[in-house]
Amino acid sequence: MSTNPAHRTSGVAESKLMSGSQILLECLVRENVDCIFGYPGGVTLPLYDALYDHPMRHILVRHEQNAAFAAEGFARSTGRVGVCCATSGPGATNLVTGLVDAMMDSIPIVAITGQVTSKLIGSDAFQEADTFGITRSCTKHNFLVKTVAELPQAIHEAFYIASSGRPGPVLVDIPKDVFQAQAHYTPVSSIHLPGYKVFTEGHTGQIRRAAQVIWESRRPLVYAGGGIIAAGASEELRELVELIDAPAVTTLMGLGGLASDHPNYISMPGMHGSYAANMGMTHADLLIALGVRFDDRVTGRLAAFAPHAKVIHVDIDPAEIGKNRAADLPIVGDVKRVLEKLIKVLQETAPGSREQNLEARADWRKQIRDWKAEHPLTPEVSTTEIKPQHVMREIDRLSGGRAIVTSDVGQHQMWAAQFIRFNSPRLWLNSGGLGSMGFGLPSAIGAQFARPDKLVFAVVGDGGFQMSIPELATIVNHALPIKIVILNNGYLGMIRQWQELFYNNRLSQAELTSFPDAEKLAAAYGFKGRTIEGVHQLAPALEEAVREPGPYLLNVRVSPFENVYPMVPAGGAINEMVLGAPQPVEA
Amino acid sequence: MLQLISLLVENKPGALMRITGVLSARGYNIESLTVARTIDPTLSRMTIVVDIEPQLRSQVIKQMNKLVNVLQASDLTDSPAVKREMALLRVRAPLASRTAILKEAEIFGARVVDSSTEGFALEATGDSEKLDEFIDVMRSYGEIEVTRSGAIAVSLEAKKLRLAPPIPRNAALDESDEKLETRL
Repeated sequence: MSTNPAHRTSGVAESKLMSGSQILLECLVRENVDCIFGYPGGVTLPLYDALYDHPMRHILVRHEQNAAFAAEGFARSTGRVGVCCATSGPGATNLVTGLVDAMMDSIPIVAITGQVTSKLIGSDAFQEADTFGITRSCTKHNFLVKTVAELPQAIHEAFYIASSGRPGPVLVDIPKDVFQAQAHYTPVSSIHLPGYKVFTEGHTGQIRRAAQVIWESRRPLVYAGGGIIAAGASEELRELVELIDAPAVTTLMGLGGLASDHPNYISMPGMHGSYAANMGMTHADLLIALGVRFDDRVTGRLAAFAPHAKVIHVDIDPAEIGKNRAADLPIVGDVKRVLEKLIKVLQETAPGSREQNLEARADWRKQIRDWKAEHPLTPEVSTTEIKPQHVMREIDRLSGGRAIVTSDVGQHQMWAAQFIRFNSPRLWLNSGGLGSMGFGLPSAIGAQFARPDKLVFAVVGDGGFQMSIPELATIVNHALPIKIVILNNGYLGMIRQWQELFYNNRLSQAELTSFPDAEKLAAAYGFKGRTIEGVHQLAPALEEAVREPGPYLLNVRVSPFENVYPMVPAGGAINEMVLGAPQPVEA
Repeated sequence: MLQLISLLVENKPGALMRITGVLSARGYNIESLTVARTIDPTLSRMTIVVDIEPQLRSQVIKQMNKLVNVLQASDLTDSPAVKREMALLRVRAPLASRTAILKEAEIFGARVVDSSTEGFALEATGDSEKLDEFIDVMRSYGEIEVTRSGAIAVSLEAKKLRLAPPIPRNAALDESDEKLETRL
């Protein structure tokens, strides 16, 4: 899929003398890697020397953190393992945020880091850091490769661990002398991880019981999350929802798991979820929880969450079962496999069971429709200023549920999640669990490399954008046609919102002044950009950005004091939503 | 209440750090921890005694079982298991009380491992409570110095050990050069 003309493995069956660097690249090729996001340094010089005439594509970012985010963008938009690379010490420590981010959202990435020469490890050598120790808690697993003989095994194990079971980040730390060492390379034919257990199939008896509980329910609700995306189970999810005709919500990580346009789809639930989604959760008598972890941003006050519901919890990670909410019917397995089986059982049992509670279920669907009509999720639009929600509506219009949208973290992230439709999985890329500002732009870079055919919007705030400005150079280097849309309210919007609502409007360090001239900034990097303030400019400017064959920086001055609603105050029950500002206060 | 966890783990660098990391990340203090190789030199048996809130116990065990290096983590707190600890104790005692000390040691089943004019070095095993008592008694004879091993335990129930089989790695390995090329 890349433009590399001749990407050759050594193709050797017999062993061949190669350097550690060459062996590493050979293993990466065998893992189907065609693109690495990285930044060179002292101890990775031997690796970069091997890369010099190797067809492996290496994308030079401007900060290692963004290499990790770009690898995540690559992985999130494709499901393939993203790869990033950094040198020892500061290079490795700069990866940490991206690793934790991937850990929180279960994203498969492999990070390669250089380490000081093995003899120097532990001597406080130049650019030495205990990467193995530092990243222990931010990875699914990590390796310190002490000899070149262990290298191929470690690389293949890393890819297997990253991409199997509940996906996650894996780091491989390689000392400089291992890169340099010469060794006879023989391809690895199998790996053995006796303690690494992956449960995929789901317990047949539990699945049968789940089917029965589903038919018996009067007010079922499907609560689907990032696990649906990770498992590639959106087709099965759609089938399930249609088969039992139940309303469904998808979490922030699950957006696109069920098409936003699907008639059974409600919206995202939780702190900034819709009225109908949260009321649905609260009044359901059965939650069919699929690849979700009952995150506090979804459940609100746990004691008051879905108080009437039985819970069927399907997750590949046994440690998620009962972690936050006890499951009445736990099923440990790959949600795709479990749904396939569950659908089969439901189809078999439908003739005798579908008829029960038919009326109650019809009432339930009507109730959901009424809640939707009562407090619909509609974007604010004004005639005098650009409302941030209005920007999302316009992006949604241009996307039609098909574009990749990456976001940063904060108000704009929530508005994007509320108002931009995603009709298939792997279109909505955001830092859901960790909430890392500065994620939007570099993840868009990774996504655009992975999906050159796709229209990619990087929807960012003026705060997060300024954390990732250096990557504009990467975008220009590779002429990536990313449409960067800055929702510029001159504040750290979510911080300002909380300070307004919970700290007597004492706006402490929330105002961001001295934002650069976007047109000049883009021009300085050699591409097009502009700032707009008038409502009438919004639609044409976005259209112009999309028409532009290259990258585009659109800085949208939005109304500064807009708040994200509905909102469940921290610690509140999710049915106790604040639906909007009491009265629009005119200054 | 103290929890007794027994783990079978790969004998690899970093394995201990990953396991204690599950505990330290949650702010739990380890009361005791023992590790040693099993008859299979690639594996180690670890016994940990730690104070965990009752409602979080199964979560901690699950998190340990998730670790790649852990073959099996089990909670032996309430299941049939034999638990033992060893103490090495040096007691300085005047000649007059030597006979009494030896008598007392015999009652506790302790063995003399060194004897000098200064006093004795004794070795005792048993459950933790018995060792506490033994140490208390010895303290009454004079100045003592104690090293305790921490608990080791063995389950009396046969626990099914499920190991992951080797995984062929990977599809690309069997493919020809050209196939790899076209994909890239």
